[in-house]
Amino acid sequence: MTHALPVMLPALPEIFLAVFGMVLMMVGVFSSEKRAYRTVSTFSIMALILALLMVLFQGTDRILAFNGLFIVDGFAAYMKVLVLAGSAVTLIMSDRFLRKEGMDRFEYPILIVFASLGMMMMISSNDLISLYIGLELQSLSLYVIAAFQRDSTRSTEAGLKYFVLGALSSGLLLYGCSMIYGFAGTTDFGLIAKQLADGGEPAIGLIVGLVFLIAGLAFKVSAVPFHMWTPDVYEGAPTPVTAFFSVAPKIAAIALFLRVMVGPFEAMLVEWRQIIVFVSILSMVLGALAAINQTNIKRLMAYSSIGHVGYALIGLAAGGREGITAVLVYMTIYLVMTMGTFACILSMRQKGEMVESIDSLAGLGKSNPPMALALLIFMFSMAGIPPLAGFFGKLYIFMAALDAGLVALAIIGVVTSVFGAFYYLRIVKVMYFDETVEPLEQPIGKGVGAVMAITAVVTVVFFIGLSPVLEIADAAAASLFAT
Amino acid sequence: MIIQALAFYLFAFVAIAAGVMVVTARNPVHSVLFLILAFFNSAALFVLMGAEFLAMILVVVYVGAVAVLFLFVVMMLDINFVEMRQGFLQYLPVGGLIGIILLAELVLIVGTWAVSPEAATLVTAPIPPPDQASNIHALGRLIYTHYVYLFQASGMVLLVAMMGAIVLTLRHREGVRRQKIEQQLARKAEDTIEVVKVPSGSGI
Repeated sequence: MTHALPVMLPALPEIFLAVFGMVLMMVGVFSSEKRAYRTVSTFSIMALILALLMVLFQGTDRILAFNGLFIVDGFAAYMKVLVLAGSAVTLIMSDRFLRKEGMDRFEYPILIVFASLGMMMMISSNDLISLYIGLELQSLSLYVIAAFQRDSTRSTEAGLKYFVLGALSSGLLLYGCSMIYGFAGTTDFGLIAKQLADGGEPAIGLIVGLVFLIAGLAFKVSAVPFHMWTPDVYEGAPTPVTAFFSVAPKIAAIALFLRVMVGPFEAMLVEWRQIIVFVSILSMVLGALAAINQTNIKRLMAYSSIGHVGYALIGLAAGGREGITAVLVYMTIYLVMTMGTFACILSMRQKGEMVESIDSLAGLGKSNPPMALALLIFMFSMAGIPPLAGFFGKLYIFMAALDAGLVALAIIGVVTSVFGAFYYLRIVKVMYFDETVEPLEQPIGKGVGAVMAITAVVTVVFFIGLSPVLEIADAAAASLFAT
Repeated sequence: MIIQALAFYLFAFVAIAAGVMVVTARNPVHSVLFLILAFFNSAALFVLMGAEFLAMILVVVYVGAVAVLFLFVVMMLDINFVEMRQGFLQYLPVGGLIGIILLAELVLIVGTWAVSPEAATLVTAPIPPPDQASNIHALGRLIYTHYVYLFQASGMVLLVAMMGAIVLTLRHREGVRRQKIEQQLARKAEDTIEVVKVPSGSGI
């Protein structure tokens, strides 16, 4: 049995996280109730960072493991780093909120660890079955943490709504998978690609299956018309959970989207491109227009994230190495901006309670200038104003679209981002030009403050590190096309 | 051969009829009983295909555990099924439309179905001939060796499901008197019992 271990070696970060998560469950159960959360949370952050290092040291060679069910390549490594960083930062930011709201139970960090494990499995899947299992592991953990504040009706409602609609989307996805299996005769991505490459005209059943698969995936990235759950779940879930939802699962689902579309279904580009273009336009338009009259900042972020997914999908529609690179860069920037914005939202407290309305930010420019400056940077960056990070994300996406000949799509993207700028700038206006009614509480806490400061600095000076990021993203995108 | 074909049609017919009855029976307990009948017939179909292990598993797991569980749930929960069906006519047009669309898709798909000649070579886990490996061998090799990754990952999914159920429902209530065995064992007779000499005719 000497050959057994190397077979599993590519999945080392995943195995580590799984085992560590189970150990932490034991630690949580057997340590005293007061200290359980503290201990488990600290260890979970360490585990996520260790897994991140393992992914980095694993390198970017393309390796198949477990009989072709699992794949490690540059693309997987890039996306896993983003996901793990997002999860770890969420845990750091959650700490204070959970303790103040009396939610500091040790299961929370463990569920985040398991959700991250599911996301890594999604990113590394090379087979329809492993895709589904990874997706379910991630979703199931997310349903539970959405309802984690179980004494609040809103949180429970969010969890239930997410669960019911998530189950429906899983059903659609599975239906699609079964069609694809029925027509391609295999669930392996490599073999499907081979089938399609020399198969000539794809069978109609395969196209129907692909449409269902896209519908299921579009639900997970909350792209229009499968976005209905997003505002309600984002608003109802506890704020750190919302922060987590808007970053890590979204990046993982986008990664899965890219892998499935570019990998096995590359030969069907003409068929799926029109669907992606359609979904992308709807997401951008809805994200820009529906957010305008929102008063709750979490709801606003939900619509904003729908819009961002729309932009990322432009890159996918453009296809090719350049388009994928643009998506990777965009998601990296999105991670930084969103984490920073949620750090700001997590520090919105008045009289010991969390507040979520945009009006409560009034006068922040005077009462807490550093936080106002940070939020200003994030809002400008999301609106895509140069030289902040968000501008470059959009720039590469639009360039890729133009190169692929999708001129109309790029123009719609530019127009909607102008509309979108309106509501981002409204927040800035409220902060700097409205009179303070009730100042937000200070201090905001070390973890949240540090995240806010670091992400703000990164957003501002991103253009310095642009070329290395582009290079790495390009290599990662290239590995997606290697077979 | 003809007996096998007859048996197949018998079991298949009963399975489908029982399936229809599961949906249409008015009494939910009858529905569950028809479900059990459908399971038994499916098991018989498995035996006809030579998959005797799957047949046994179907009977043991589905009839023995799942269906009985269903039966208990149905009997214990007092659900008014008549009330649940009240909206049936109201939602029939939408539901029917979706059903027709799905049916049309299925017809389209079955109509274009063509089995390519190389399909057999692509199978990731071919069935070994019966004289080389038994049912259990073949399944075990598939689940625990070929798909070990998925097997373990499914285990993780179940673990998260269990943890989620506990996280969302378990509450530690105040004022519940729990049995503490070690305290009970540590008690001594002299701590709790006092022997009092009562003089006759006077009381304590």
